[in-house]
Amino acid sequence: MIDSSLKDIAAALRAKTVSAVELATDSLARIAARDGQINAFVTVDRDGALAAARAADARIAAGDAGPLTGIPLAHKDVFCTEGVLTTCGSKMLANFTSPYDAHVVSLLKAAGAVMVGKTNMDEFAMGSSNESSHSGPTRNPWDTSKVPGGSSGGSAAAVAARMVPIATGTDTGGSVRQPAALCGITGIKPTYGTVSRFGMIAYASSLDQGGAFARSAEDCALLLSAMMGHDPRDSTSLERSYDDCSAGLGQPLAGLRIGLPKEFFAEGMSADVRAAVDAAIAEYRKLGATLVEVSLPNARLAIPAYYVIAPAEASSNLSRFDGVRYGHRAAEYTDLNDMYCKSRAEGFGAEVKRRILVGTYVLSHGYYDAYYIKAQKLRRLIAQDFAAAFEHCDIIAGPTTPTVAYGLGEKTADPVQMYLGDIYTVAVNLAGLPGLSHPAGFGAGGLPVGLQLIGDYFSEARLLGAAHQFQQATDWHTRAPTVQEA
Amino acid sequence: MSRTDWEVVIGLEIHTQLNTQSKIFSGASIAFGAEPNVQACGVDIALPGVLPVLNKGAVERAIRFGLAIGATVAPKSVFARKNYFYPDLPKGYQISQFELPVVVGGHIDLLVPDGKGGAYEKRVNLTRAHLEEDAGKSLHEDFHGMTGIDLNRAGTPLLEIVSEPDMRSSAEAVAYARALHALVRWIDICDGNMQEGSFRCDANVSVRPRGQAEFGTRREIKNLNSFRFLQQAIDYEVQWQIDLIEDGGKVQQATVLFDPDTGETRAMRSKEDAHDYRYFPDPDLLPLVIGNDWIERVKGELPELPAALSARFQGDYGLSAYDATTLTASREVAEYYQAVVAAAGAANAKACANWVMGELAARLNKAELDIGASPVSAAQLAGLVARIADNTISNAIAKKVFDALWNGEGESADAIIEAQGLKQVTDSGAIEAIIDEVLAANQKSVDEFRAGKEKAFNALVGQCMKASKGKANPAQVNEILKKKLG
Repeated sequence: MIDSSLKDIAAALRAKTVSAVELATDSLARIAARDGQINAFVTVDRDGALAAARAADARIAAGDAGPLTGIPLAHKDVFCTEGVLTTCGSKMLANFTSPYDAHVVSLLKAAGAVMVGKTNMDEFAMGSSNESSHSGPTRNPWDTSKVPGGSSGGSAAAVAARMVPIATGTDTGGSVRQPAALCGITGIKPTYGTVSRFGMIAYASSLDQGGAFARSAEDCALLLSAMMGHDPRDSTSLERSYDDCSAGLGQPLAGLRIGLPKEFFAEGMSADVRAAVDAAIAEYRKLGATLVEVSLPNARLAIPAYYVIAPAEASSNLSRFDGVRYGHRAAEYTDLNDMYCKSRAEGFGAEVKRRILVGTYVLSHGYYDAYYIKAQKLRRLIAQDFAAAFEHCDIIAGPTTPTVAYGLGEKTADPVQMYLGDIYTVAVNLAGLPGLSHPAGFGAGGLPVGLQLIGDYFSEARLLGAAHQFQQATDWHTRAPTVQEA
Repeated sequence: MSRTDWEVVIGLEIHTQLNTQSKIFSGASIAFGAEPNVQACGVDIALPGVLPVLNKGAVERAIRFGLAIGATVAPKSVFARKNYFYPDLPKGYQISQFELPVVVGGHIDLLVPDGKGGAYEKRVNLTRAHLEEDAGKSLHEDFHGMTGIDLNRAGTPLLEIVSEPDMRSSAEAVAYARALHALVRWIDICDGNMQEGSFRCDANVSVRPRGQAEFGTRREIKNLNSFRFLQQAIDYEVQWQIDLIEDGGKVQQATVLFDPDTGETRAMRSKEDAHDYRYFPDPDLLPLVIGNDWIERVKGELPELPAALSARFQGDYGLSAYDATTLTASREVAEYYQAVVAAAGAANAKACANWVMGELAARLNKAELDIGASPVSAAQLAGLVARIADNTISNAIAKKVFDALWNGEGESADAIIEAQGLKQVTDSGAIEAIIDEVLAANQKSVDEFRAGKEKAFNALVGQCMKASKGKANPAQVNEILKKKLG
């Protein structure tokens, strides 16, 4: 049953042909059988899940059920969950049980979704392969010698391996779209400011945005609708009316103008990805969309701008992890400074340290203008590029990643090579736009390829609608990997 | 040998704690004196994932201050992160304002005592005032070699008020600090409690040969929490700098602490160990935008300011600048004084001023009472002043009546005068009878006076007053006595 669409599961729950407890039990059994291969979960909360499922069944019995009531789900371990370990993929927080729920977690609790566990991630969401996690790397369900992408790799792998039907993630430079692409599922990062960041452990505050994973756009829409909304506890949360993300699902593709940024198709994309992306775009055209070439001349500057702004904010955001009040503290130290140095040296992994160093450097006196201010200017130029492009098209389409999933350990020695994997995704975060990735076929090694759709601000329903129309006509999103069971 | 004539240059940075209900970025209380860490919520202790939300009450107080000093209230100001590690700074950064503060410019006019019983006028210009959060406290005692951290104060709203280096003596610095202290209480943005740290001064002090255009190198004296310490610290520091230079030394820029026990300042850190705070705009907070409507509303709610009231006292009541300034030192004193004048009549305003600043102030001071807790009400004092004015009692008897009022011996001056028979004797016949008796009993004094000893006359007046139990009108006694002896 948990392989069905959310709509079908909800109908079955209402019809009492299945219970929330049965769904949770199924999900927990799948995790028990499959996660030894995948390592998608940092924490499995069996008791909490069953208790929540019983509560969901009671709500369903009382006729008080919403579309997510009783649906098993996993949260990326970046979201604080009251009473449940929240590690953020780091040794620094390996012992941290949050005393409160993130806003997104409360919303989904209130909707009756049943959290079965917390998913693995790159440490503090810094990474594109899930290899920087303190809990060990997550493996791609399509080929366990490959990475699942990151930083929300655990959530993407958990959905791809059919352990849960939906999962939350966060996307700072592509951390929802990229693993969705590499794991062959659908993932969406909405407009910055539409999902509260309260309780979402900050990596780069001006870029971080919660997002949704599911197998289909239709299911993503249901999950994302429940996550979005104004939260007075997050000053960057937008106070506006929020559309139902499912509202555009029935909208036909006829008349939709799809912009293809020439810079995305110029070079860098591997041949297998290119073939799948071209075929997917041809399918959109077949379904009635028109194609226009657009230009994002400053997109090539997105990676350098991102790797100044994100580390700068991270270096400050991660200062609170000092071993004083919670988290890892070195066992022995001689004085205050020694305690800071040892606790942070032991608590943070290499990639986090690298970004803290870069961030500290670019904010330093004498370098701030040359790096941080300049990067902010680039950020504005990049946003202007998108605005100009959207004068000629309704949505932008292109690859999500330059290649299919690469091998574990393949890029860990060369961080810049790994950073370049974000080349098609980071500009979207810099501009604060919504972006989505959906399965578009398979490339080398039978590994999934993702197509990225980028929309103007607040066009989530439009993006999900387009992807849904595509998924009505294709079956890429229904393909499941075969995971060896224990 | 002619010694250099040194000119002192002082600028003050004053941290005023704003009297909001809750903290500047969280809902926790800011009340003083609670058990450690009971007034620190998740935001204050910087749990992972928490976010700041600006307290509008703090902004409103900053606007009030800006208007009160004739400054520009910035239409847009920006919160920035000041990054440094310290155990009582939970986030590892302080949220402050750096490049764009909320209040720009403004000035305060004050009267500086000239040390010869007079006072001169002085205008001190302000550079800026900005909003920021306070840190917690490190407690080094009673922890057996460890440090305790109390985060109750963390996140308390502060308005840091920075003056131009306009002061030229410790007396000017103290007069400025006092005027500012009076003003922030007057406009009700700060309780001014210096013992509890609600009003803390840092003094930037340098010296230069008089006539030299450029400033000398300054040292900053931190955390002076009384006007006396402010004066002592500056005086010591000035002499220290002059001695150093005259001995051939050079002042090095440094931060120094004042030790009230020794009365000395000593260097805490030099410029070389100065932190690089890596300021950058806080991505968790939007720029603070203050519209004209908000400013206009606050303007409409501002009380009459001390400078305006002082000018009115001088114009309407003919008070001296000094008296008017003294009576507008606090809103409570000014309100009390105005109530006395309202009841006693504007014609008696000067006498009312003398009583409020004289006898009443002395008694309150001795009893350590605020004027709000005065046992003698404004109406009672007005009644007393009126009876002096209409010659019902003399000034000498008035002091007795005041004592009686202070001790609660009667409802009003009239009741006390009546009950204790203190009404002044103005009947010339009655006075003549008393004089006759005194002359008869003091033949020796009469003889001395007639022999040319003027002092004997005063002795006779004294005897007459004594015989009348102080009730005889002194002017009439003088006049009749002179006639009789003449």
